[in-house]
This record gives sequence, structure tokens and C-alpha cells, in this order.
Amino acid sequence: MLEIRNLHATAGGKTILRGIDLTVNASEVHAIMGPNGSGKSTLAHVLSGRDGFEVTQGEVLYQGRNLLGMPPEERAREGVFLAFQYPVEIPGVSNMYLLKAGLNAVRKHQGLPELDAMDFLELVKEKMSLVEMDQTLMNRSVNEGFSGGEKKRNEIFQMAVLAPKLAILDETDSGLDIDALRIVAGGVNALRGPGRAMLLITHYQRLLDYIVPDKVHVLFNGRIVKSGGKDLALDLEKKGYAWIEEEVSRSQPVVS
Amino acid sequence: MSTTKTADGRSKTGAAPVAPSDTAHYLAELARVRAPGRSPGSSLDASLDASLDSSLTTWLDPIRDAAMRRFSELGFPTVRDEEWRKTSVAPIAKARFGLQTATATQPARGLTAADIARLSFDAAECHQIVFVNGVHAPELSWLKPLPAGVVLCRLEEAVARHRGLVEPFLARLANPADRAFTALNTAFLRDGLFLHLPDESVVPEPIHLLFVTQPAPASAGGAAIMTHPRNLIVAGPGSRASLVESYVGPQESEQTAGFTNAVTEISLARNAVLDHYSLQRHGQAAFHVATTQVRQERSSRYTSHAISLGAALARYDIDVVLAEEGAECTLNGLYMTAGRQQVDFHTTIDHARPNCVSRELYKGVLDGHSRGVFNGKIIVRTDARGTDSIQANRNLLLSADALVDTKPELQIFNNDVKCKHAAAIGQLDEKALFYLRSRAIGLEAARSLLIHAFVSDIVGRISVEPLREALETLLLARLPEYSGVKEAAL
Repeated sequence: MLEIRNLHATAGGKTILRGIDLTVNASEVHAIMGPNGSGKSTLAHVLSGRDGFEVTQGEVLYQGRNLLGMPPEERAREGVFLAFQYPVEIPGVSNMYLLKAGLNAVRKHQGLPELDAMDFLELVKEKMSLVEMDQTLMNRSVNEGFSGGEKKRNEIFQMAVLAPKLAILDETDSGLDIDALRIVAGGVNALRGPGRAMLLITHYQRLLDYIVPDKVHVLFNGRIVKSGGKDLALDLEKKGYAWIEEEVSRSQPVVS
Repeated sequence: MSTTKTADGRSKTGAAPVAPSDTAHYLAELARVRAPGRSPGSSLDASLDASLDSSLTTWLDPIRDAAMRRFSELGFPTVRDEEWRKTSVAPIAKARFGLQTATATQPARGLTAADIARLSFDAAECHQIVFVNGVHAPELSWLKPLPAGVVLCRLEEAVARHRGLVEPFLARLANPADRAFTALNTAFLRDGLFLHLPDESVVPEPIHLLFVTQPAPASAGGAAIMTHPRNLIVAGPGSRASLVESYVGPQESEQTAGFTNAVTEISLARNAVLDHYSLQRHGQAAFHVATTQVRQERSSRYTSHAISLGAALARYDIDVVLAEEGAECTLNGLYMTAGRQQVDFHTTIDHARPNCVSRELYKGVLDGHSRGVFNGKIIVRTDARGTDSIQANRNLLLSADALVDTKPELQIFNNDVKCKHAAAIGQLDEKALFYLRSRAIGLEAARSLLIHAFVSDIVGRISVEPLREALETLLLARLPEYSGVKEAAL
């Protein structure tokens, strides 16, 4: 599904990703963990096509195609979804419209007819219940005046409607209380399934209590320095990131 | 100092001062149309023509002559005038324009009711008064039945038949003494709209005043057309109406670049309510100057919606005097420019008496090399305690070459006031664009969505529904990949 090879990227002239290699197969859920500044969010943004990052080396293949050559909307139409760490408020554009336009753009790309209003409403209702979202939010401006929890739920709800093949969840747990976290995780779990890969980007292990990953990777200083099963996250929780730091510096002594 | 002109006639570099001699041909043009044997106006019947001719020479001529003299003295404003620092009218001063005379051609030749319908909004439920090149087109105009005592007619007719209603206000609200364009308009004062609303009268349907500029006929020597529409609204105590002024010109040809110089005078007596719309969509080469002068008495309410879409150069002066306690005004504005268009709004709200309220929101969307000016003056007089005033001007620049000057200008002479103002200039929000694109919406559609969202609150304030819908359609047509964008609005 997703193959990242030796990915290097800079932002504002500063090197942030220094050679990432990662393969995610269909139906797998991978967690990417790492301390602040390790490059987690940059990875999410490079994969979703945000401006302001320059890929200096390496490549990313998505379903065998060069992902980095596609504009963001084409990535989305091809089935890549980014759940934002900080969902954007867009006054004057309704949530409902955003979703409908997005879904129909995806369907058009797939050669499917647009959904009619009734079918769309039905789909929306079904998916809203997945994250226990208040229906009145649909007729408001995108994320405007939403609480932190409502914004994150809205992201997962959008993901449910757009039904992506590859979902990248950027710090979806940040700013959530335990109840909201449970609801959001429940939504994500319901969307796990054959043919859908997920990349969970998180600082804390607690999200992984609710969404159990197939694989865990530790990102440090722009590289994946350790990979393992779900137990790796528990080790990190116990020992902290300092443990990884020490390991990395031991295995890569500074050359003078 | 030299002035170079670009292909569209717009001044590119700093303007040369305009000598008063530039005003001379206006005098000649005035003499030409006043020559005996030519009837400059058109009217419904010959008897009216006769009465018009005689009355026009009685009481209006001294006013017009004085205005012409004043215009000759003042000359066109230059960028050395404080009020005109950011906008050079040299392209207008250098050009030559001619008046359309009714005898030269049928006013509405070539224009059918269907054409007008396209230029209007879904207007079946309104009073519609059409002028073509400044000349009334009765065959394209209609009035619905009016409440008793309401006078709704051409100004020319009112000057002849309702002198007692007209004379106390005409050329007294908008002062020709210190404003060149008002003086010029007054010198050529002939026709436009007159509306008199007696006490407690209500005109439920909107009054649509449509000024169409057509290419100059060959018989006019190919000179571009100038018009000086003059409107007078006198609203009695407790009366209520809504007025739509539209200015439309041909969209394609540069040669037909006309010059419109409109003046609208409005007097609102106590508790009167007027909803006033002005929609300008001339072609991209036209010149448009419009002055609106409003005087409000106790607890009256005035709402202005000024929408500027067309013209190479458009300048608006909107002056509201809150002359008695408890008066309220709301000024809404929207300008959208592209190419090398220039638009300049100068508004003045004069809080002369206590406890008046003013609300002002202007929004601009500027693309290409276009340029915008917003100057919002708020005066709070010594006497005006309890003034409540909020002003905001927000601009969206779509190109690196677009430019806007925004200036709130507050003159406050009383401490017991609430005055807020805000000015903002920005670009489309990159984060919002990316968010929309990450949800599969294409770049152009995403841009259109955000532009539409930016202007939608101004459009939403238009309470004449067919006008709002027509404007929505006009705006959407300017946005790429706009299909569906309308749905997005809240």
C-alpha cells in the first residue's frame, strides 16, 4: 500500500527527515511514535502534500505510484486521508458542503455517479453515530466554534464518509479527555478492516491502549531508529524517550 | 510631471495636475445641448415637453449656471487634494465625453425588454425606471400602483410639476460648492429619479433605478457618452422604502468607455427607513463617479449596500449626516476588482447629535494589478454624547500585484462615545486551502469557496431577495469552478 524509501525532507532550509524507510501493507495499522521535534508531523504533512516542505531525497510509492508527484486533492481522491492535529476553522463554508463536495470528487475520480441528497444524508447520519457527533454541527461552518473534542471527532467522521485506503492520523489523541479519546478510538477501530491501512502518529502510548497497532516505529531525529510490535509502545511508556536516545547514541558514536 | 496612459486609458504614473482649462469643453457641451430648437430631454408626451422647457428655464437655470461656474473654478481634483491623494482622475479629465441628446437617437434603440431583464434582477415585483445613456426609456420602465400621496417619477418631471417638493432639497443636501464632481453633475442636472414619501407611507416593492450605458452612436461623433444622473429621495416621517440603483455598461469594447457621474441626495425625516442598494457593473473601461449625500433626522434608519464590480476607475463618496438624536445608519460595501481596475470608496459618517448609531463594514477582493482605496471618516461632534460607532474594512488580495490602501479616519470631539474600527489586508488562508484540498476539493474550487465565504456576509445582508440572488450569480460567475459553491454558503 505505502512504501517510503530513504525519505529526506527539509522545511525552511532545515533538515527534518533524514532517511525514512517504512512499508505499510493493506489492512495494517502502524504507529509512529517519537519525542517532540523528531519529525512525526512533518512526515504526515509530506505524505498529504502540504506546501512548505521540500523532499530532497528518496521516494514514496502509494499503490505503486509516485505519491509525491500528486497534488493534495489527487492524493485525497486516490484514497489518502489526513486527520489533522489542528483541524482548520473555515468560516462561511459549511461542514455539510465540504463533505459532499469532497465525497463527490472522490466518487467522480472513481468513475461513480454523484450521491443524491437523500443517500448522502443517510450516509452522513450513519457515520455521525459512529463518533457520537451532534448533527447540528453539520450545518455550521467547518470546525468553527467546535470544541477540541468535536474537531477531532469531526476528523474521524470525515474519514468515515470519505472511506480512504490509507489514513494518516496526526496526533489525533492530543487535547482529548479520556471519554473523547474512547469515542474517537472507537470510531477508528470501526474503520479498521481489509484494504485499509492506517498510520497513527502519536507522542503518547495511551492512544495505543484503545487502538492496538500491528507495528510500532520510533522516530528520532528524522529517522526510524526502532521498530517492533505493540509491546514496544509499552516499553517506551515505561522507560521514556531518553532510553531511545541513549540507545541511538550508543549505536552511532559521534565521529570526530 | 508626465502621465503615461496604458491601453485602457488608466493613468499609470503620477498624475499631472489638471488645469482648469480641461473643464472648458464641458461648457461647450452644455451650450450645445442647450441650443434653441433642441429638446434635450425625452418625455412621455409633448405637452410635458413644453412645460418642461418653460419650467427648466425658470428656477433651475441659476443653480445650474452657478454650478458650472463653480466647476470651472474648481477644476478636476488632483492627487494634491487630500481627498483624492490615492486616486488620479486625470484619465477622466483628459478624455472627451458627449451628452446623449434625445433627438439624436431613440434612447432605447437596440435594447429590448429581454435585454433589460438580463441587466436587471427578477424584477417583476418592483417599480422599474430605466435610463439609457442618461435619457429616460419609458418603454422599458413601469410603475406599480403607489400608496396615496407618494410621488415617484423622473426628476425632470418633478422639477416641472412638484417644485414645492423638490426645491427645498435639490442641490441643498449635496453641496456643489466644494466638490467638483457634484458641481459638474449639478451643471448638467436634468434627469434621474424623484421620490417623495409622505408621512407614514410605505412602498413595499423595491424601486429599481437602472442606468444603462450603450455605445455612442456614430451621430455623436464617436465621442464616449457621459451621463450625470441626479436622484432625490425625500422621505417623510415614518415612511419606508427600498431603492436599488444599478449602473450597467457594455462589457466588451474599450472605445465605448463612458463616464457616469451620479449624485443621489437623500433626506430622511424622523423614523423614516430607507434601504439603499447601489450596484455598479460597467464594462472594464468605463469611468464611474458617484456621490451619495444623506441627511437623517431623529430616529431614522438608513442602510446602504454599495457593490462595485466594474469600471476602470470607480470613485464613491458616501456622506451621511446623523443630524438628530437617535438616528442610525449602516454602510455595507463590497468591491471586487481585477486587471487594472481602480476603486476608491470615501465614506463619511457625521455624528452631529447625541445617541446616534453607525455600523460600517466594507470588504474588498482584489486580483491582478487592481487597486483599492477605502477611506472611512467618522466624525463625532462635541455635542454627540452616547455615539456608538463600529467600522471595519477587510481586504483579500488574490495577487501579489494587487494593492489596497485602507484608512480609518476618526475625528472625535466627545468623550462619552463608543467607537471601534478595524482594518485588515490579507491573502487566502493557506491552511484553509490545504484543508479543503486534503478533502479532495481541487485548488481552483477551494480558492473559490474561500473567496465566496469571505464575501458571503455582505451578500447575505441584502434583503431584496431577487437582487441578492442576482448578485450571487454575478459573483459566482467570476469565480472559477464555482458550480456548487453556492451550496456551501450558510
